[in-house]
Amino acid sequence: MSDISIQFDHIGKLYRLGLVGTGTLSHDLNRWWQTKVLHHEDPYLRVGEVNDRAHKGSSDYVWALKDITFDVKEGDVVGIIGKNGAGKSTLLKLLSRVTSPTTGIIRAKGRIASLLEVGTGFHGEMTGRENIYMNGSILGMTRSEINRKLDDIIDFAGIERYIDTPVKRYSSGMTVRLGFAVAAFLDPEILVVDEVLAVGDAEFQRKAIGKMQDVSRGEGRTVLFVSHNMSAIRSLCHRGVVLDNGMVSFDGETEDAVQFYLKDAPVNDEAKSIKECISNKKSYLEIYDIQINGSSSVNTSLKPGQKELDLMIHGVTQDPLKCEIKMIIKKMDGTPMASLIEGRNKGYHFDVHSGEFIFRKRISLPRYLANGDYLVDLYFVQPMIQDYFFAPSCLTLHVEGFYDQFGDPLNLSNEGFIGLESVEGFPGSVEYL
Amino acid sequence: MAKDWTLVIKPEKRLLDVDLKGIWRYRDLWYMYVKRDIVTVYKQTILGPLWFFIQPIFTTVMYMFVFGGLAGISTDGVPQPLFYLSGIMLWNYFSECFSGASNTFTANAGIFGKVYFPRLVVPLASLTSNLIKMFIQLLLFIAVYIYYLAVGGTVSINAAALLFPVLVFMLAFHALSWGLIVSSLTSKYRDLRYLVGFGLQLFMYATPIIYPLSAAGDKFRWALELNPLTPIFEAFKYGFLGAGSLSWSGLLYSAIFMVVMMFISVIIFNRVERNFMDTV
Repeated sequence: MSDISIQFDHIGKLYRLGLVGTGTLSHDLNRWWQTKVLHHEDPYLRVGEVNDRAHKGSSDYVWALKDITFDVKEGDVVGIIGKNGAGKSTLLKLLSRVTSPTTGIIRAKGRIASLLEVGTGFHGEMTGRENIYMNGSILGMTRSEINRKLDDIIDFAGIERYIDTPVKRYSSGMTVRLGFAVAAFLDPEILVVDEVLAVGDAEFQRKAIGKMQDVSRGEGRTVLFVSHNMSAIRSLCHRGVVLDNGMVSFDGETEDAVQFYLKDAPVNDEAKSIKECISNKKSYLEIYDIQINGSSSVNTSLKPGQKELDLMIHGVTQDPLKCEIKMIIKKMDGTPMASLIEGRNKGYHFDVHSGEFIFRKRISLPRYLANGDYLVDLYFVQPMIQDYFFAPSCLTLHVEGFYDQFGDPLNLSNEGFIGLESVEGFPGSVEYL
Repeated sequence: MAKDWTLVIKPEKRLLDVDLKGIWRYRDLWYMYVKRDIVTVYKQTILGPLWFFIQPIFTTVMYMFVFGGLAGISTDGVPQPLFYLSGIMLWNYFSECFSGASNTFTANAGIFGKVYFPRLVVPLASLTSNLIKMFIQLLLFIAVYIYYLAVGGTVSINAAALLFPVLVFMLAFHALSWGLIVSSLTSKYRDLRYLVGFGLQLFMYATPIIYPLSAAGDKFRWALELNPLTPIFEAFKYGFLGAGSLSWSGLLYSAIFMVVMMFISVIIFNRVERNFMDTV
């Protein structure tokens, strides 16, 4: 198990930005002159800058990947995560030999099959059956191998009825099912997968993830998996590598990698106060300030055992309001964990006359909350009628969970967000019969 | 730390590295490409495979009218249909192999961008599928040939006809090497693509297809003999029709030309293959 299956050794990939046009020929000639005739360094390799999509650099060349070095063990399932443009797909492309690195060496043991897309090479005029052979052989299967697996593939795709119909008559979902089914029955030693699970309906996605789990667990294959779907990464991978601007910024346990990535992912990064996160506000309303626990900052910590969250909204309105707030607490990946919707649950609302006002609310919190960072969506609403304003992900709540008798806080992934308690004053009783 | 790596991916590759083993391992893909080319041509058509015959028949008739009739160009005493049909058959094979190979990168960018397999499988498959199409047209040629034998036309087959497989092989690899070069260069510089379209058409007139080499006066003969395809077409007509000329030195020249171009094309192809996804 501890044998190394893939080794990335100082991998770098340089891309040229902008148009490939007339300037290309002169650069090519200059490069040839400098490196082959004068034996200098490549003049364009030096100027490459670190890849940061958002900032304009001075060079035309950019390192999509720089100095990537890590090993993957045999049978390991590694999730590669990172923002758009961090270099994930480039890395997979290098490994699947679609393009070659500018610097460095990749060494690998065994057959590599890459699934950067499902249904590569499908031809609309050919039937489903013919396309299974076409796609399968593009992915490196032999005819006899496909013959053996044909029934399983058709069965897995669940399109038996259409198998002798040209693929151009298929719905897009059916095409994808067929494509994934072929890929699912590849058996290489190393499997490279890029976000192909984000296809098909819910039923098929479950099937696809299940199949991936079988592949990685039971059959002991090495898998490299790129996805933005954190729950897929969590359920499939043993290890996570976070890429940032073409460099490895974290390498370790899946859960730590996911946390690292999510913390790093800036939420409304330019805004400094909660007020500035307001996105959809009625024009007759002006908001001066929003505070949580006396602070208008977008970051707030909850200490262990802290049982209240104080909310204050200070503003002025030209029209009278019938207002209430609605609050959603989410995991960093956006999954809702808890909500406060008293306008709906209890029919509460508050009448506010036109003029300047301060709205306050004190929210009671359960004692046991799981450690971690959460996002808060805040709505200022007329219950069931309209939103006065909406501030999505306006607050990052750092929860330091309540340490129990044994010194451990609640664990989010195993025990959930909220710990329940027995009724106050009645911890339980035993009766003898 | 002696490791038995089965795959090493490096920035540079040796100049003349042709992955024959890899191509052999992907022979089923080769087969599928050939099948796709043949099968998809006549899907959803009424005449189906008959289309393979219609194009050469109509072209031959048109050539008989324009070049044989109006222009009155000699066919060296060979019946016009046979003369034109043989030229068209071989030229179609050459030009389709060439176009197939020269579209390797641009037509398959989508697939090449997602999956690795030895890229040469694609142009080789196109040579194969065109070979099959040519054999279908050969049936037509043979039918017409038998007709003229029966009515006692001036046709005579001789031992040079045995060169046929060699001639086809040479045509194929001329087409492949030129096509690969064009394909490699157009992946980055699109200029060539415009040249290729009409260049191929002009090149046909520089090859003895609609006229025999003997019809070219002494003034232009040397220029036609520089064309490495000339000896191939001439040898075919000599072997099957008894017209034209069999020039061993010409065939040797053509063969050397072919080998040199193959080397050059493989070198260029290898260079481009590695990074073409970044520039296409």
